[in-house]
Amino acid sequence: MSDHVVPVRTYLLVFLALMLGTFLTVYVARHDLGAFNTPIALGIAIVKATLVVLFFMHVKYSPRLTQLVAASGFAFLAMLFAIMLMDYAARGTVNPETRSNQAFQIEDK
Amino acid sequence: MSEHAAALQAGHADHEHPRMAHHFESLAVQKDAASLGMWLFLAQEIMFFGGLFFAYALYRNLYHGAFVAGSQLLDWKLGAFNTAVLIGSSLTMAMAVHAAALGKRKQIVGYLLGTILLGTLFLGVKVVEYREKFHHNLVPGESFGLPYEGLDPHHAIPESQRAPLQMYFSLYFAMTGLHALHMIVGIPILAGLCWFAWHGEYSARFHTPVEMVGLYWHFVDIVWIFLFPLLYLIA
Repeated sequence: MSDHVVPVRTYLLVFLALMLGTFLTVYVARHDLGAFNTPIALGIAIVKATLVVLFFMHVKYSPRLTQLVAASGFAFLAMLFAIMLMDYAARGTVNPETRSNQAFQIEDK
Repeated sequence: MSEHAAALQAGHADHEHPRMAHHFESLAVQKDAASLGMWLFLAQEIMFFGGLFFAYALYRNLYHGAFVAGSQLLDWKLGAFNTAVLIGSSLTMAMAVHAAALGKRKQIVGYLLGTILLGTLFLGVKVVEYREKFHHNLVPGESFGLPYEGLDPHHAIPESQRAPLQMYFSLYFAMTGLHALHMIVGIPILAGLCWFAWHGEYSARFHTPVEMVGLYWHFVDIVWIFLFPLLYLIA
Protein backbone atom coordinates (compact mmCIF):
# COMPACT_ATOMS: atom_id res chain seq x y z
CA MET A 1 0.00 0.00 0.00
CA SER A 2 1.16 3.51 -0.78
CA ASP A 3 -0.93 4.57 2.20
CA HIS A 4 0.96 6.63 4.74
CA VAL A 5 -0.39 5.91 8.21
CA VAL A 6 0.18 9.03 10.30
CA PRO A 7 1.13 8.19 13.91
CA VAL A 8 -1.42 9.08 16.60
CA ARG A 9 1.22 11.21 18.33
CA THR A 10 1.26 13.60 15.35
CA TYR A 11 -2.53 14.01 15.53
CA LEU A 12 -2.41 14.72 19.26
CA LEU A 13 0.39 17.27 18.83
CA VAL A 14 -1.54 19.06 16.07
CA PHE A 15 -4.66 19.03 18.27
CA LEU A 16 -2.70 20.59 21.16
CA ALA A 17 -1.21 23.21 18.83
CA LEU A 18 -4.71 24.10 17.57
CA MET A 19 -6.03 24.46 21.12
CA LEU A 20 -3.02 26.60 22.06
CA GLY A 21 -3.68 28.73 18.98
CA THR A 22 -7.30 29.23 20.03
CA PHE A 23 -6.21 30.23 23.54
CA LEU A 24 -3.66 32.66 22.09
CA THR A 25 -6.29 34.16 19.76
CA VAL A 26 -8.59 34.90 22.71
CA TYR A 27 -5.68 36.14 24.86
CA VAL A 28 -4.46 38.55 22.19
CA ALA A 29 -8.01 39.81 21.54
CA ARG A 30 -8.40 40.73 25.24
CA HIS A 31 -5.42 43.08 24.94
CA ASP A 32 -5.34 46.25 22.91
CA LEU A 33 -2.42 46.09 20.51
CA GLY A 34 -3.74 48.83 18.26
CA ALA A 35 -3.31 48.08 14.57
CA PHE A 36 -1.68 44.71 15.32
CA ASN A 37 -4.76 42.95 16.72
CA THR A 38 -6.26 41.90 13.39
CA PRO A 39 -3.00 40.83 11.66
CA ILE A 40 -2.06 38.71 14.70
CA ALA A 41 -5.52 37.09 14.85
CA LEU A 42 -5.38 36.33 11.11
CA GLY A 43 -1.77 35.11 11.38
CA ILE A 44 -2.71 32.60 14.10
CA ALA A 45 -5.74 31.48 12.07
CA ILE A 46 -3.53 30.93 8.98
CA VAL A 47 -1.05 28.86 11.02
CA LYS A 48 -3.92 26.79 12.46
CA ALA A 49 -5.46 26.25 9.01
CA THR A 50 -2.06 25.22 7.61
CA LEU A 51 -1.65 22.62 10.38
CA VAL A 52 -5.10 21.19 9.62
CA VAL A 53 -4.39 21.07 5.87
CA LEU A 54 -0.94 19.50 6.20
CA PHE A 55 -1.60 16.90 8.90
CA PHE A 56 -5.33 16.27 9.43
CA MET A 57 -5.98 16.46 5.69
CA HIS A 58 -2.77 14.54 4.85
CA VAL A 59 -1.64 17.06 2.22
CA LYS A 60 1.92 16.71 3.53
CA TYR A 61 1.82 13.03 2.51
CA SER A 62 -0.22 13.45 -0.69
CA PRO A 63 0.94 13.25 -4.31
CA ARG A 64 2.30 16.46 -5.86
CA LEU A 65 -0.82 16.92 -7.98
CA THR A 66 -3.11 16.92 -4.93
CA GLN A 67 -0.80 19.40 -3.21
CA LEU A 68 -0.93 21.65 -6.26
CA VAL A 69 -4.74 21.61 -6.41
CA ALA A 70 -4.98 22.25 -2.65
CA ALA A 71 -2.64 25.24 -2.95
CA SER A 72 -4.48 26.53 -6.03
CA GLY A 73 -7.71 26.82 -4.03
CA PHE A 74 -6.06 29.32 -1.71
CA ALA A 75 -4.22 31.01 -4.59
CA PHE A 76 -7.53 31.69 -6.36
CA LEU A 77 -8.93 33.10 -3.11
CA ALA A 78 -5.95 35.48 -2.95
CA MET A 79 -6.64 36.54 -6.55
CA LEU A 80 -10.31 37.15 -5.75
CA PHE A 81 -9.30 39.43 -2.90
CA ALA A 82 -6.52 41.20 -4.78
CA ILE A 83 -8.55 42.02 -7.87
CA MET A 84 -11.68 43.13 -6.01
CA LEU A 85 -9.64 45.22 -3.55
CA MET A 86 -7.97 46.96 -6.50
CA ASP A 87 -11.41 48.02 -7.65
CA TYR A 88 -12.55 49.37 -4.29
CA ALA A 89 -9.20 51.01 -3.51
CA ALA A 90 -9.10 52.75 -6.89
CA ARG A 91 -12.67 54.09 -6.83
CA GLY A 92 -12.79 57.79 -7.42
CA THR A 93 -9.16 58.09 -8.50
CA VAL A 94 -10.12 58.67 -12.14
CA ASN A 95 -13.49 60.33 -11.69
CA PRO A 96 -13.98 61.76 -8.18
CA GLU A 97 -17.75 61.60 -8.62
CA THR A 98 -17.74 57.80 -8.52
CA ARG A 99 -16.41 57.84 -4.95
CA SER A 100 -19.51 59.56 -3.62
CA ASN A 101 -21.57 57.35 -5.87
CA GLN A 102 -21.43 54.44 -3.48
CA ALA A 103 -24.96 53.18 -3.15
CA PHE A 104 -24.26 51.70 0.28
CA GLN A 105 -23.19 54.94 1.91
CA ILE A 106 -24.59 54.65 5.46
CA GLU A 107 -23.74 56.91 8.36
CA ASP A 108 -21.22 55.23 10.68
CA LYS A 109 -20.33 56.80 13.98
CA MET B 1 10.81 -8.39 -10.20
CA SER B 2 10.86 -4.78 -11.32
CA GLU B 3 8.97 -2.17 -9.36
CA HIS B 4 6.46 -1.71 -12.17
CA ALA B 5 5.75 -5.44 -12.42
CA ALA B 6 5.24 -5.57 -8.66
CA ALA B 7 2.81 -2.64 -8.84
CA LEU B 8 0.94 -4.38 -11.67
CA GLN B 9 0.64 -7.56 -9.65
CA ALA B 10 -0.71 -5.58 -6.67
CA GLY B 11 -3.15 -3.98 -9.10
CA HIS B 12 -4.39 -7.40 -10.24
CA ALA B 13 -5.02 -8.39 -6.61
CA ASP B 14 -6.93 -5.11 -6.18
CA HIS B 15 -9.19 -5.94 -9.12
CA GLU B 16 -10.77 -8.66 -7.00
CA HIS B 17 -11.95 -5.94 -4.57
CA PRO B 18 -15.69 -5.14 -4.92
CA ARG B 19 -15.10 -1.35 -4.60
CA MET B 20 -12.38 -1.28 -7.26
CA ALA B 21 -13.46 0.45 -10.49
CA HIS B 22 -12.13 -1.39 -13.55
CA HIS B 23 -10.53 1.64 -15.18
CA PHE B 24 -8.01 2.16 -12.36
CA GLU B 25 -4.69 0.37 -12.16
CA SER B 26 -4.91 -0.22 -8.42
CA LEU B 27 -6.80 0.81 -5.27
CA ALA B 28 -3.99 3.24 -4.44
CA VAL B 29 -4.38 5.00 -7.79
CA GLN B 30 -8.15 5.02 -7.32
CA LYS B 31 -7.75 6.69 -3.91
CA ASP B 32 -5.39 9.34 -5.32
CA ALA B 33 -7.99 10.15 -7.99
CA ALA B 34 -10.69 10.46 -5.34
CA SER B 35 -8.51 12.81 -3.25
CA LEU B 36 -7.82 14.95 -6.29
CA GLY B 37 -11.54 15.22 -7.06
CA MET B 38 -12.32 16.02 -3.44
CA TRP B 39 -9.71 18.78 -3.40
CA LEU B 40 -11.15 20.28 -6.59
CA PHE B 41 -14.52 20.35 -4.83
CA LEU B 42 -12.92 21.98 -1.79
CA ALA B 43 -11.19 24.58 -4.01
CA GLN B 44 -14.67 25.49 -5.23
CA GLU B 45 -15.87 25.62 -1.61
CA ILE B 46 -13.05 28.04 -0.76
CA MET B 47 -14.35 30.38 -3.46
CA PHE B 48 -17.93 29.86 -2.26
CA PHE B 49 -17.03 31.08 1.24
CA GLY B 50 -14.47 33.51 -0.21
CA GLY B 51 -17.15 35.82 -1.59
CA LEU B 52 -18.64 36.18 1.88
CA PHE B 53 -15.23 36.76 3.44
CA PHE B 54 -14.57 39.51 0.92
CA ALA B 55 -17.93 41.15 1.63
CA TYR B 56 -17.01 40.98 5.31
CA ALA B 57 -13.61 42.61 4.73
CA LEU B 58 -15.16 45.40 2.66
CA TYR B 59 -17.99 46.29 5.03
CA ARG B 60 -15.84 45.94 8.11
CA ASN B 61 -13.53 48.50 6.54
CA LEU B 62 -16.43 50.83 5.73
CA TYR B 63 -18.33 50.49 9.05
CA HIS B 64 -15.63 49.62 11.53
CA GLY B 65 -17.49 51.11 14.49
CA ALA B 66 -20.63 49.09 13.83
CA PHE B 67 -18.62 45.88 13.45
CA VAL B 68 -16.92 46.43 16.82
CA ALA B 69 -20.34 47.10 18.41
CA GLY B 70 -21.86 44.06 16.71
CA SER B 71 -19.00 41.81 17.77
CA GLN B 72 -19.51 42.88 21.38
CA LEU B 73 -23.14 41.75 21.19
CA LEU B 74 -21.89 38.18 20.62
CA ASP B 75 -20.75 35.96 23.47
CA TRP B 76 -17.06 35.25 22.75
CA LYS B 77 -17.05 32.54 25.44
CA LEU B 78 -19.62 30.52 23.50
CA GLY B 79 -17.59 31.13 20.32
CA ALA B 80 -14.36 29.97 21.98
CA PHE B 81 -16.13 26.92 23.43
CA ASN B 82 -17.46 26.03 19.99
CA THR B 83 -13.99 26.47 18.46
CA ALA B 84 -12.61 23.94 20.95
CA VAL B 85 -15.54 21.57 20.24
CA LEU B 86 -14.96 21.75 16.49
CA ILE B 87 -11.20 21.24 16.81
CA GLY B 88 -11.99 18.23 19.02
CA SER B 89 -14.32 16.87 16.33
CA SER B 90 -11.53 17.29 13.77
CA LEU B 91 -9.28 15.20 16.03
CA THR B 92 -11.88 12.40 16.33
CA MET B 93 -12.38 12.56 12.55
CA ALA B 94 -8.64 12.24 11.95
CA MET B 95 -8.59 9.32 14.41
CA ALA B 96 -11.47 7.65 12.53
CA VAL B 97 -9.40 7.83 9.32
CA HIS B 98 -6.42 6.48 11.27
CA ALA B 99 -8.51 3.56 12.60
CA ALA B 100 -9.79 2.91 9.07
CA ALA B 101 -6.23 2.80 7.69
CA LEU B 102 -5.49 0.11 10.27
CA GLY B 103 -8.77 -1.69 9.51
CA LYS B 104 -10.10 -1.46 13.08
CA ARG B 105 -13.85 -1.68 12.57
CA LYS B 106 -15.13 -0.82 16.05
CA GLN B 107 -12.67 2.05 16.47
CA ILE B 108 -13.85 3.63 13.20
CA VAL B 109 -17.45 3.53 14.41
CA GLY B 110 -16.48 4.88 17.85
CA TYR B 111 -14.51 7.82 16.50
CA LEU B 112 -17.20 8.63 13.92
CA LEU B 113 -19.85 8.63 16.66
CA GLY B 114 -17.59 10.96 18.67
CA THR B 115 -17.36 13.29 15.66
CA ILE B 116 -21.16 13.28 15.25
CA LEU B 117 -21.62 14.00 18.96
CA LEU B 118 -19.21 16.96 18.93
CA GLY B 119 -20.71 18.29 15.68
CA THR B 120 -24.18 18.15 17.21
CA LEU B 121 -22.95 19.88 20.36
CA PHE B 122 -21.55 22.68 18.17
CA LEU B 123 -24.90 23.09 16.41
CA GLY B 124 -26.70 23.03 19.78
CA VAL B 125 -24.61 25.96 21.02
CA LYS B 126 -25.36 27.73 17.74
CA VAL B 127 -29.10 27.26 18.38
CA VAL B 128 -28.72 28.89 21.81
CA GLU B 129 -26.84 31.81 20.22
CA TYR B 130 -29.30 32.26 17.36
CA ARG B 131 -32.31 32.11 19.71
CA GLU B 132 -30.85 34.89 21.86
CA LYS B 133 -30.37 37.05 18.75
CA PHE B 134 -34.01 36.48 17.77
CA HIS B 135 -35.16 37.50 21.27
CA HIS B 136 -32.94 40.58 21.20
CA ASN B 137 -34.20 41.78 17.81
CA LEU B 138 -30.78 41.36 16.23
CA VAL B 139 -31.89 39.32 13.24
CA PRO B 140 -31.89 41.43 10.04
CA GLY B 141 -35.40 42.47 9.08
CA GLU B 142 -38.23 44.83 9.99
CA SER B 143 -37.75 44.63 13.75
CA PHE B 144 -33.95 44.84 13.66
CA GLY B 145 -32.50 46.89 16.51
CA LEU B 146 -35.86 47.69 18.11
CA PRO B 147 -35.98 47.65 21.93
CA TYR B 148 -37.14 44.38 23.48
CA GLU B 149 -38.57 43.53 26.87
CA GLY B 150 -35.99 43.62 29.64
CA LEU B 151 -33.52 45.77 27.68
CA ASP B 152 -31.51 48.27 29.69
CA PRO B 153 -32.43 51.61 27.97
CA HIS B 154 -28.74 52.60 28.09
CA HIS B 155 -28.00 49.76 25.70
CA ALA B 156 -30.73 50.64 23.22
CA ILE B 157 -29.39 50.91 19.68
CA PRO B 158 -29.62 54.49 18.33
CA GLU B 159 -31.56 54.72 15.11
CA SER B 160 -28.55 56.01 13.14
CA GLN B 161 -26.64 52.85 14.12
CA ARG B 162 -29.27 50.36 13.01
CA ALA B 163 -28.37 50.21 9.31
CA PRO B 164 -24.60 49.57 9.69
CA LEU B 165 -25.21 47.20 12.61
CA GLN B 166 -27.69 45.31 10.48
CA MET B 167 -24.95 44.92 7.88
CA TYR B 168 -22.75 43.23 10.50
CA PHE B 169 -25.53 40.87 11.59
CA SER B 170 -26.47 40.06 7.98
CA LEU B 171 -22.91 38.89 7.43
CA TYR B 172 -22.86 37.13 10.81
CA PHE B 173 -25.94 35.08 9.93
CA ALA B 174 -24.91 34.47 6.32
CA MET B 175 -21.43 33.26 7.26
CA THR B 176 -22.25 31.22 10.37
CA GLY B 177 -25.45 29.99 8.70
CA LEU B 178 -23.64 28.71 5.61
CA HIS B 179 -21.05 27.13 7.89
CA ALA B 180 -23.76 25.48 10.02
CA LEU B 181 -25.48 24.26 6.84
CA HIS B 182 -22.26 22.47 5.90
CA MET B 183 -22.30 20.73 9.27
CA ILE B 184 -25.98 19.83 8.93
CA VAL B 185 -25.08 18.19 5.61
CA GLY B 186 -21.98 16.54 7.10
CA ILE B 187 -23.59 14.87 10.11
CA PRO B 188 -25.97 12.55 8.17
CA ILE B 189 -23.06 11.64 5.88
CA LEU B 190 -21.03 10.71 8.97
CA ALA B 191 -23.98 8.62 10.18
CA GLY B 192 -24.00 6.82 6.82
CA LEU B 193 -20.27 6.12 7.16
CA CYS B 194 -20.95 4.72 10.65
CA TRP B 195 -23.52 2.32 9.23
CA PHE B 196 -21.18 1.06 6.50
CA ALA B 197 -18.20 0.88 8.85
CA TRP B 198 -20.23 -1.18 11.31
CA HIS B 199 -21.05 -3.63 8.51
CA GLY B 200 -17.38 -4.08 7.70
CA GLU B 201 -17.31 -2.07 4.47
CA TYR B 202 -13.95 -0.40 5.24
CA SER B 203 -10.61 -2.10 5.62
CA ALA B 204 -6.93 -1.20 5.60
CA ARG B 205 -7.02 -1.76 1.82
CA PHE B 206 -10.15 0.27 1.11
CA HIS B 207 -11.42 3.14 3.24
CA THR B 208 -11.50 5.99 0.71
CA PRO B 209 -14.99 7.25 1.74
CA VAL B 210 -13.86 7.75 5.34
CA GLU B 211 -10.86 9.76 4.14
CA MET B 212 -12.94 11.89 1.73
CA VAL B 213 -15.58 12.77 4.33
CA GLY B 214 -12.67 13.55 6.64
CA LEU B 215 -11.37 16.11 4.13
CA TYR B 216 -14.81 17.75 4.02
CA TRP B 217 -15.11 17.84 7.80
CA HIS B 218 -11.66 19.35 8.28
CA PHE B 219 -12.46 22.00 5.67
CA VAL B 220 -15.55 23.02 7.66
CA ASP B 221 -13.30 23.25 10.73
CA ILE B 222 -10.90 25.56 8.84
CA VAL B 223 -13.76 27.91 7.91
CA TRP B 224 -14.68 28.21 11.59
CA ILE B 225 -11.03 28.82 12.56
CA PHE B 226 -11.33 32.06 10.55
CA LEU B 227 -14.92 32.91 11.48
CA PHE B 228 -14.29 32.83 15.22
CA PRO B 229 -11.74 35.69 15.48
CA LEU B 230 -13.32 37.67 12.64
CA LEU B 231 -16.86 37.69 14.06
CA TYR B 232 -16.46 37.32 17.84
CA LEU B 233 -13.22 39.13 18.61
CA ILE B 234 -13.23 42.53 16.90
CA ALA B 235 -11.60 45.03 19.23
